[in-house]
Amino acid sequence: MKNITVRYFAMFREHAGIGEETLSLDAETTADVFHATQDRHGSSEPSGHCKVAINDVMADWDSIVSDGDTVLLFPPVAGG
Amino acid sequence: METPYCCFHRSRVVDVIELTTSEIRPDALRARLIDPAAGAYCGFEGWIRNHNEGQSVLRLEYEAYEPLALTEGEKILEEARSQHPHLRAHCVHRTGLLEIGECAVWVGVSAPHRDEAFQACRYIIDQLKVRLPIWKKEHYVDGHSGWVNCERCAKSA
Repeated sequence: MKNITVRYFAMFREHAGIGEETLSLDAETTADVFHATQDRHGSSEPSGHCKVAINDVMADWDSIVSDGDTVLLFPPVAGG
Repeated sequence: METPYCCFHRSRVVDVIELTTSEIRPDALRARLIDPAAGAYCGFEGWIRNHNEGQSVLRLEYEAYEPLALTEGEKILEEARSQHPHLRAHCVHRTGLLEIGECAVWVGVSAPHRDEAFQACRYIIDQLKVRLPIWKKEHYVDGHSGWVNCERCAKSA
């Protein structure tokens, strides 16, 4: 199990009801973390529209997560 | 004595992306791009409009994750400059609550000729909209609100 701090933004934060939480997860990739948080908070946004970062660096859905990482979950962006 | 960095890389000094909660004033920002070697200036302003997808919009709320918005914005400017080496570019994006008619985003570029100014300005605004971790929530006249793009994705999923 890995301790992963997950940060939620915009719609994800509203769904989760919190901006950040540390979870003990059996997760290999960012996609595993994303799906675990979706199960936890009942969200169903497809990951293909979303972006993810690890420790403030943009990552992919197959990027490997390590114990102590902070994973940032970004719902579909809409700047401008 | 070391020569200051800015003397070697003067053209880089104005290539900046900023986030602000204050009013964007394009005229003041534009002045920073003035360059004797530039024959063209192109600017884009994104404004808050009062409707979206059939709904009457009262105001918009922007949220940004600043550390990555700035990093990603700098990458976009770097890409634009690699395509057009003599470019100067600057962009500013608002965060927080914005009213109808306010400027939400400004992109300004100066370049030797108009073709590269138009192309670079278009490239920068198009990339900003799809790459920066910025989200907008629309507040509608009828009292409800929604995050732009999210609900649409959820519906089509």
